[in-house]
Amino acid sequence: MIHYIIRRLLYALPLLIGVNILTFVLFFVVNSPDDMARMQLGQKHVTQQAVDNWKKQRGYDLPLLWNEAGQGLETVTQTVFYQKSVGLFWFDFGISDSDKRNIGADIKQRMWPSLAVALPSLVLGLIVNITVALMMVLFRNSYLEFSGVVLCVILMSISSLFYIIGGQFLFGKLLRLVPISGYDGGFNAIKFVVLPVLIGVVSGIGSGARWYRTLFLEEVEKDYVRTARAKGLSETQTLFRHVVKNAMIPILTGVVVVLPLLFMGSLIMESFFSIPGLGSYTIDAISSQDFAIVRSMVFLGSVLYIFGLLLTDISYTLVDPRVRLS
Amino acid sequence: MVVLWTDALIYLLLICGAGFWFCVRGRATMQRPIRKVGRSKTGMVSLTVLLLFVCIGLLDSIHFRTDEERSNEIISLLDYWASPIRQNSEKTYSAPFSAYLFGKELMVVDEGAQVWGYPRLKHGAAHLADPDSDLASDVLLKTVTGLAEGFVFSLLPLSLLWLSVRKQEDAWLKQSTGKTVIIVVVVLISLVFTAIELSAHYHILGTDKVGEDVFYQAVKSIRTGLVIGTLTTLVMLPLAIVFGILAGFFHGWLDDVIQYIYTTLNSIPGVLLIAASILMVQVYMANHPDDFTSLIVRADMRLLFLCLILGVTSWTGLCRMLRAETLKLREMEYVQAARALGVKQGMILYKHILPNVMHIIIISVVLDFSSLVLAEAVLSYINIGVDPTTYSWGNMINGARLEMAREPAVWWSLAAAFLFMFTLVLAANLFADTVRDAFDPRRAEHE
Repeated sequence: MIHYIIRRLLYALPLLIGVNILTFVLFFVVNSPDDMARMQLGQKHVTQQAVDNWKKQRGYDLPLLWNEAGQGLETVTQTVFYQKSVGLFWFDFGISDSDKRNIGADIKQRMWPSLAVALPSLVLGLIVNITVALMMVLFRNSYLEFSGVVLCVILMSISSLFYIIGGQFLFGKLLRLVPISGYDGGFNAIKFVVLPVLIGVVSGIGSGARWYRTLFLEEVEKDYVRTARAKGLSETQTLFRHVVKNAMIPILTGVVVVLPLLFMGSLIMESFFSIPGLGSYTIDAISSQDFAIVRSMVFLGSVLYIFGLLLTDISYTLVDPRVRLS
Repeated sequence: MVVLWTDALIYLLLICGAGFWFCVRGRATMQRPIRKVGRSKTGMVSLTVLLLFVCIGLLDSIHFRTDEERSNEIISLLDYWASPIRQNSEKTYSAPFSAYLFGKELMVVDEGAQVWGYPRLKHGAAHLADPDSDLASDVLLKTVTGLAEGFVFSLLPLSLLWLSVRKQEDAWLKQSTGKTVIIVVVVLISLVFTAIELSAHYHILGTDKVGEDVFYQAVKSIRTGLVIGTLTTLVMLPLAIVFGILAGFFHGWLDDVIQYIYTTLNSIPGVLLIAASILMVQVYMANHPDDFTSLIVRADMRLLFLCLILGVTSWTGLCRMLRAETLKLREMEYVQAARALGVKQGMILYKHILPNVMHIIIISVVLDFSSLVLAEAVLSYINIGVDPTTYSWGNMINGARLEMAREPAVWWSLAAAFLFMFTLVLAANLFADTVRDAFDPRRAEHE
């Protein structure tokens, strides 16, 4: 087990280096640091002096990938790429390009609002989806199931933007139950978080419940369920005692893989409800072309994704004794 | 005639699709699932709706320059036929089927006195003398006329079709699915005629901020949605098929390299990858203004890039599935028998592996379509989607979402975009379900 985890962690290194190279190349293949400086400084006629200063302050004054002037190892280390990438592996994100704020501190601060929306959405969504799916399986081959399936297809065909805009209009503007957007610290956050969570859950029902239904149906056909029925258990008992337990394996592992990514927040939700989380942080960085923040977020996202994959594998061995790591 | 990049690729896609159809139709392994799709009512009805969308999209993909001296703009066949709606723009917002502007204005009446009221529209319901009393009856009359015209028009070809299969007892058209499809076709054609009839005199779905007809915008957006849903597939398929099958079939370093590539791509959050690429394209376009002389060429280029980027970010899922399936297939007896008989590896891949993973490819193509159409709207909202000048549902939503805060709300732009998107995605989802049920061998056993 320990060996496996260590091997997986070592395997993550080349992946993360690859991710870094890819983001770096994507950013700088057409966009030179000079262009970036001009854009950030904003004015049309920026002096070369100002551009050089900007680059010097943020460490973009070195060659990009290969330093001709350096000696030996310095050809690689004295470059923008090396200087900017190495810190990431210690989670030292440096300062942002636009306003020189500490990215690490920003991320720590913005992580909580993101979690406050994402975690309840996930938990509630899971409960609702599983309940709906179980109802459909319990009443399978009836009109109830048929209408449930139809409803799911309809729900999943509606754009997520419709749920958000419609929800804001209905609950925020017409009924005035909750504020339309914004955020506040502490327990005051609840009234701001309710609507995004509700919308997140509703917009996920269509695809989620459908997916869980197929998982349950696959289990229902299996031999051990027939045995359970044959020994006289009622349909509900079979479903809850046997089917749910076994169907939980794929459901659980599917949830585990997204758990770490919850920190990243949801881009769309956060910017619609102006929640100061990591999702809106990323969107702001994209629109202001702040390379330092985007690079940090990409790196963080990749680390969390790889971590999630590792967690999935481990959780498989914990819940399913048939699976062994090798 | 002007052929834009996306147009050319759409034609290429059509040719590929037709070629694929003729290759596959004769194969015994494909006939059963195709027949099963043909028997499914939901599947065929949603396919009919999809085909209507595709027809509109194709009409919108034939571009030419206008002949007029002064303007040298590129318009499509659809624009040409819809010229009245395209040019009949109002001053600003107006509600659906309204004869008046949405906002009050200072108007000059006959005697020079000024009145604060709702001015009449320049084009919407302009043929009516007294819109307050005549509007409802006129709309009703035009609707009935349109429906009748469409009904008569669709009867002619359909009756010819009916006569041609009259002798065949087991013709598809005579089965219940065929009859349902005929009814749907008649209804759809009647609706199209009604829309044409009405939109000549009214703004069916109102007008937007600059007075452009919302119905026209929504119809124009069909092409964008289809292009994103289909061209992305064209980009994605070769990558996924080649890499997936090679990785599964040849173990060793090739497998490792391909796995490394797709895990790397997968671990970058998709939105960020798309954002970075779109930023790149924007900078490139800003630095090379000479290459993009016309607005429409520029927008088209950006649409194409978006498809490319979406394709590059979305091939990994299919690639992984194909790899897993190929890993399973290469150990099958018939593949080993072929190898023992000395069949070349390329031939094994082409003759034995590819046909047996075909169902995965078909299923994932139809399943991806609807999610891509939905993704376009979200991406446009973060400004990393299509060009702001391109007609797309995402841009319509983005432009109109703040207007819901008005009192009373301006809802029609949003409603139109969501309605069209919903129809397309619902049809695509239903069709995808039918295709999956028909092609997935695991589901076939339960027939």
